[in-house]
Amino acid sequence: MQADDRKLVTIITEAALERRLAEDLKRLGAHGYTISDARGEGSRGVRSAGWDASSNIRVEVVCDAAIAAKISAHLRQHYYDHYAMILFFTDVGVLRPEKF
Amino acid sequence: MSGIDPIVLFFLLGLVAGLGRSDLRLPGSIYEFLSVILLLAIGLKGGAELAKQSLGDLLPQMLAVILMGLLLPLVAYPLLRRLGRLRRADAASIAAHYGSVSVGTYAVAVAWLVAREIPYEEYMPLMLVLLEMPAIVVGILLARGVSADTKWKELGHEVFLGKSIVLLVGGLLIGWVAGPEALEPVGGLFFGLFHGVLALFLLEMGLVAAGQVGSLRRHGLFLVAFGILFPLFGALVGGGLGLLLGFSTGGMMLLAVLAASASYIAVPAAMRLALPEANPTLSLTASLGVTFPFNILVGIPLYYGLAEQLRQLGG
Repeated sequence: MQADDRKLVTIITEAALERRLAEDLKRLGAHGYTISDARGEGSRGVRSAGWDASSNIRVEVVCDAAIAAKISAHLRQHYYDHYAMILFFTDVGVLRPEKF
Repeated sequence: MSGIDPIVLFFLLGLVAGLGRSDLRLPGSIYEFLSVILLLAIGLKGGAELAKQSLGDLLPQMLAVILMGLLLPLVAYPLLRRLGRLRRADAASIAAHYGSVSVGTYAVAVAWLVAREIPYEEYMPLMLVLLEMPAIVVGILLARGVSADTKWKELGHEVFLGKSIVLLVGGLLIGWVAGPEALEPVGGLFFGLFHGVLALFLLEMGLVAAGQVGSLRRHGLFLVAFGILFPLFGALVGGGLGLLLGFSTGGMMLLAVLAASASYIAVPAAMRLALPEANPTLSLTASLGVTFPFNILVGIPLYYGLAEQLRQLGG
């Protein structure tokens, strides 16, 4: 099986940011993204997803390393200070590189 | 009627279960569903009543209520800054929460009146809608001044097309267009089940309020004092305004409840986007951890008593 290398960028943050993040990601060159509801606990307390203001989302983007770097720089600059947000990368293999 | 309303007991059950760290938890989608029914029911009821009113007669009342929504945060802000020594953004955000309204509190107040067969102006949901928004604008202006940084367009979208406004205004319009008789077929869901839905909603709110207790311990006395005293002041303003506007005692009480309540849905979402540097824990702790339980458990009967007193004073 021939797989091409890409980065999987996973962002876990406040649901309030969903619309704004989706726009940012597309503008920064991501071809697509997946959003799911999430809950957990971190340095900004329990985000239990019990109701709107405490709900979290997990945003996943598969893209090349350059776009992944752009995304992380943008998020760090605009959101890290004031929002509950973490971001991490994973190396993944994809079968149809033109999609990402 | 004596004893405590059962819906209040549901709130207490949620509160106790939450404080005892029970694993009880309504799924997020159920909570959403319950709030959709409540918002639509409140909108529909108000809209059906609006169909009987002439909008021209209501205009002065509407303007006065909007003015109240603009002024309440302006009173709250200096108190929060000076007495609470809060940072500018935090004070502005909390002021916005307290200038705006809580639909859940309104629903409980209406249920309280209905259980006692006390009449009120049934188009009151119109005032509820009008009070949701002005405080948000005032809060942002207090924090930022007239700054070019604020993305008013995005914020306008968030505020006007946020689900609570869409459902309330949508319900008002549907009720207004359809009229009371045509609403009967859907009334079973929205009006017949209203109290049961409200009870479940309050169970969840009790759990949510219990979750705020931890941060209440950290942020201390000032928030507790503000979360109780400012609503009392608001109730006085709202009740007084109701008297001036010629509302019935039930209507005065509802306006007092609206002025006393603090938002926990529309405003937090808007503030998160517009004032990210404001700590959301402070405002939610005050509005959900202190003011909501206070209004549900103590405030509502108190505000009715206040409305009666004001009516006697005003002749």
